[in-house]
Amino acid sequence: MRNILVQRALAAAAIVTAALAVLHGCASAPEDRGVSDRAAAMMKSSFKARGQATLDRLDQDETQRLCSEYAGRPLPAPIAERIRQANLATIRYPADGKLVGDWKRGETIAQSGQGFQYSDDPKKAAGANCYACHQLTPQELSYGTIGPSLYRFGKLRGYSDETRRYAWQKIYNAEAFAACSNMPRFGQHHILTEQQIRDVVALLVDPASPVNQ
Amino acid sequence: MRTMMQRALAAGCAATALAAVMSAALAESTSDEIAKYREALQDGNPAELWEARGEEMWKAPRGPNKVSFASCDLGLGPGVVKGAYAELPRYFPDAKRVMDLETRLVYCMVSQQGYSESDALRNTFGNGSAHRSDLEALAAYVTSQSRGVAMNVALDEPHMHDMYRLGEKMFYYRGGTHDFACATCHGDDGKRIRLQDLPNLTKIEGAQKAYTTWPAYRVSQGELRTFQWRLNDCFRQQRFPELEFGSDASIALTAYLAGRANGAAYDGPAIKR
Repeated sequence: MRNILVQRALAAAAIVTAALAVLHGCASAPEDRGVSDRAAAMMKSSFKARGQATLDRLDQDETQRLCSEYAGRPLPAPIAERIRQANLATIRYPADGKLVGDWKRGETIAQSGQGFQYSDDPKKAAGANCYACHQLTPQELSYGTIGPSLYRFGKLRGYSDETRRYAWQKIYNAEAFAACSNMPRFGQHHILTEQQIRDVVALLVDPASPVNQ
Repeated sequence: MRTMMQRALAAGCAATALAAVMSAALAESTSDEIAKYREALQDGNPAELWEARGEEMWKAPRGPNKVSFASCDLGLGPGVVKGAYAELPRYFPDAKRVMDLETRLVYCMVSQQGYSESDALRNTFGNGSAHRSDLEALAAYVTSQSRGVAMNVALDEPHMHDMYRLGEKMFYYRGGTHDFACATCHGDDGKRIRLQDLPNLTKIEGAQKAYTTWPAYRVSQGELRTFQWRLNDCFRQQRFPELEFGSDASIALTAYLAGRANGAAYDGPAIKR
């Protein structure tokens, strides 16, 4: 049932995409497209691979390309829908169906900003750096504000299967809900392991987690 | 000169004491306390040490050719420093290229003083007293000579206009494992990472305030940092590969941000946490 729905949604998205390609050609001047292409080429020749940060990090997938192109102006609704659908289709779930891990480990992952910078040791586990952008537990006062407060995430939404599933999906691929979100796609880009995502989900949805006190 | 050095040393001590106070301020974790700390920092700026060293270097014969920077044209004529930074980056017909300050300094070191390019680029970013950077000191001196001068980069010049537009595209370019662009952190008002306030560079006011306060003495690093360093370290945190010093992309992004800062009085080298 679910698969059929996804297929129909993807087919619909493909039609919308085709229609948009026409519209899009009119909307963005060829000159502007030329600047984008030259900027991308300029970047390729201006960066050098260092450690784990290789030059392919500059290659954009379709989501990155569209979000760059429409940045700074309103994202047309059909483009936003296309991005959401494409990203929703990437979400994978644990084979054992277990979405919730240990909130204490989740807190450690939320605190850590290590990982994927050329200055980081690639052998060390990466963090999710949640606190860089979100408020979570009330004990941690050093939190950023690029993303919304997640304090009482589970308490406010209810400790349901739906909430747990949403938390998993959002961490796995935030673009499936908010096209051109500022939040990294932790699952799709393998920033976090399956177990790490479980642990961060626990931090958000476990009734015993300080986030929900 | 002596009084300048003494003042700078006193400023250095004040900054160290303030660094100790900073941990207490952070423990309280209120924006008010951090604002007070930032205000207190403005009383003395160790950047003056870099400015003084840079001035000596600017005037001394250097390199295999033993010539000073007196013949180095930063855009306002050979040896003219006053106000030069407020009009950089700019297009230089002799190099057939848009250059920012650091790139132009390297150009003069190579074409006039006789350094090899690799020697000129040896210490682009300093690392405490162990590896002091001549380029950082020279940049501190030259920029200090534009303090109070309104930013005025020539966006109507065709090469500059092109670099500005390329820089704008780069600002919004998402990539890497984390999908970050400059705009991810610098595209909205009133945002912060942890407790660090982020300038909104998409607004003229934000771009002006941010751009006119680089180079800056970074208390947390005990180093004076240039705008090339600022861009380099932003991209590191974006999980991008390393931005090459003086690369076209670095100059395009600088042209974009300097252009957006046009009209604001240059106010560096500043001091930042």
